[in-house]
Amino acid sequence: MPDSAVRETPYIIDDPDNMSFRLNRRTLADPAVLERELSAVFDQSWIYCGHESEIRKPGDFVSRTVCGRPVIFCRDSAGEIRVFLNACMHRAAQVCREPCGNTRRYNCFYHGWSYDRDGKLVGVPGEDSYPPGFDKSEFSLAEPPCVDGYKGFWFISFKPDIASLPDYLADAKEYIDLIVDQSPTGSMEVVQGTQEYDIRANWKLLVENSFDDYHLLTTHKTWLDYMKDSGVTVEPPAGQGLLLPSKGIGKGLGNGNAVIDNINFRGRPVARWISIYGEDAKPEIAAIREELVERLGEARAARVADTNRNLVIFPNLVINDGSSVTIRTFWPVAADHMRVTAWALGPVEETESARARRLDSFLTFYGPGGFATPDDVEALESVQAGLATYKEAQWSVMSRGMNKTGEQLNTDEEHLRAFWRRWNELMTAPA
Amino acid sequence: MSVNEVTRPEIEDFLYHEAALLDEWRLDEWLDLLTDDAAYYVPSNDAPESDHRNALFTIADDSRRIQARVKRLKDTEAHAEFPHSRTRRMIGNVRITDRAGDALTVAANFTIYRYRRGAPVRLYVGRYIYRLRLTADGLKIAERRAILDPTELGALGAVSFIL
Repeated sequence: MPDSAVRETPYIIDDPDNMSFRLNRRTLADPAVLERELSAVFDQSWIYCGHESEIRKPGDFVSRTVCGRPVIFCRDSAGEIRVFLNACMHRAAQVCREPCGNTRRYNCFYHGWSYDRDGKLVGVPGEDSYPPGFDKSEFSLAEPPCVDGYKGFWFISFKPDIASLPDYLADAKEYIDLIVDQSPTGSMEVVQGTQEYDIRANWKLLVENSFDDYHLLTTHKTWLDYMKDSGVTVEPPAGQGLLLPSKGIGKGLGNGNAVIDNINFRGRPVARWISIYGEDAKPEIAAIREELVERLGEARAARVADTNRNLVIFPNLVINDGSSVTIRTFWPVAADHMRVTAWALGPVEETESARARRLDSFLTFYGPGGFATPDDVEALESVQAGLATYKEAQWSVMSRGMNKTGEQLNTDEEHLRAFWRRWNELMTAPA
Repeated sequence: MSVNEVTRPEIEDFLYHEAALLDEWRLDEWLDLLTDDAAYYVPSNDAPESDHRNALFTIADDSRRIQARVKRLKDTEAHAEFPHSRTRRMIGNVRITDRAGDALTVAANFTIYRYRRGAPVRLYVGRYIYRLRLTADGLKIAERRAILDPTELGALGAVSFIL
């Protein structure tokens, strides 16, 4: 850009010189934008598919919708992780209609074609009626062009020449490492029980909301009151210019990935005690902490246990590593409607009591019955209602922190801008 | 009076009274129906039979958190429920399934319609499992478990009111 650093597109005006970032509200309301982002954003990205712990043995499978496609996330006969598109190669009926399980065959009930654990077509009723040259080996279940995992988190991409997953994750890898370090053997597992709920709002609003700490004070006042009533200090320290009880920073991690990285005040099952956990929990949390220090050293243990982090993996995966570890992904049903899926993640070695504490801690804030998530849902639906004015009141302002050089706070908006800049880049790239 | 003398109509009256208190948002009076060690559970839709200690639930409140939930719901800054939803509960198929000591186990079906301005009507369908305790003050709720039938919450969105 010859004269100025300003970027102006139909979607954003990004003007660092004038410390201004504005977002065209059409991006959150117009069905034509969604139509474009399905191919320009989602099909150009790595999309979270599942966690390795959900499928442990050959033949284990989970069926779900990922990137708009029904897929089977599974272990083949050799125990390797595979992803099949859940559509019969004959006439497209789904070959797996169970949410999860273990199988020897994926059977299409429509005309009876069947596939083995490796996706190979092995059964065709009345095969002799096909013309000569019909070859079953040409009709294995289709697979996404790219499937890869990082530390147990598995992704798929429909862009054959996409950057490798480690390159795509860029500096987000460090934050996944911090999660995995909570387990003595580096093995985390998804806990039974899935939270699946809709929000009548654009999916990108949940990206923003998932790591926007600016909204905490007003949207989550009742949650802060609950923490305070439970003996947790929620007042910001004097003289530091903070809105929240502890300092946090927000930053981009490359490729649209971004994070807020906060000094913890709200407790960590691994491993920072707060009064909500009760006196009884102190020895066990101390023991978890001790194991961390022994294995990782004092500094790394403190990094794991004394900070909490909300991580956005572009475009639609959020991992909140705080009062619990939450995996959250979401998909646009329409421009003004998303479906959210959330799981709890914990170290496989966790004791029964530590696991129970983790799940309890999850529910104080998160989920459709938590003390905070319902108010987030309300906020996002309120935004969406307001967005019906997008043709008249065109711009949202997202410039918090642009007056600073260097470090930005979690209550600033640099990490939100990092997401939007990548999104804008993909949406304005030549087809 | 012993638990063996409690009749189904008495249980029905008790559950209808509870439903009325919740529909009318008389939450402090509702708290009076609970024992001091009461628990309230809503399991995740895909794991309806699981245990909150090893499975992720939608709600798993001990008595302290039930009190905190009520405090929150009475606060005008509990945005998801301010203004309050209008709800209407239909309780049916009430059965006493067990009697032991001072406790009764009761199963019932529920249909709850929830209305909010600007939102579609939301219909919560499922079953309750109650553990009721017979005390000097009459029947009290020691545990209430609301198990939803939908395979996922989906369009029901949040469970921000008391189910």
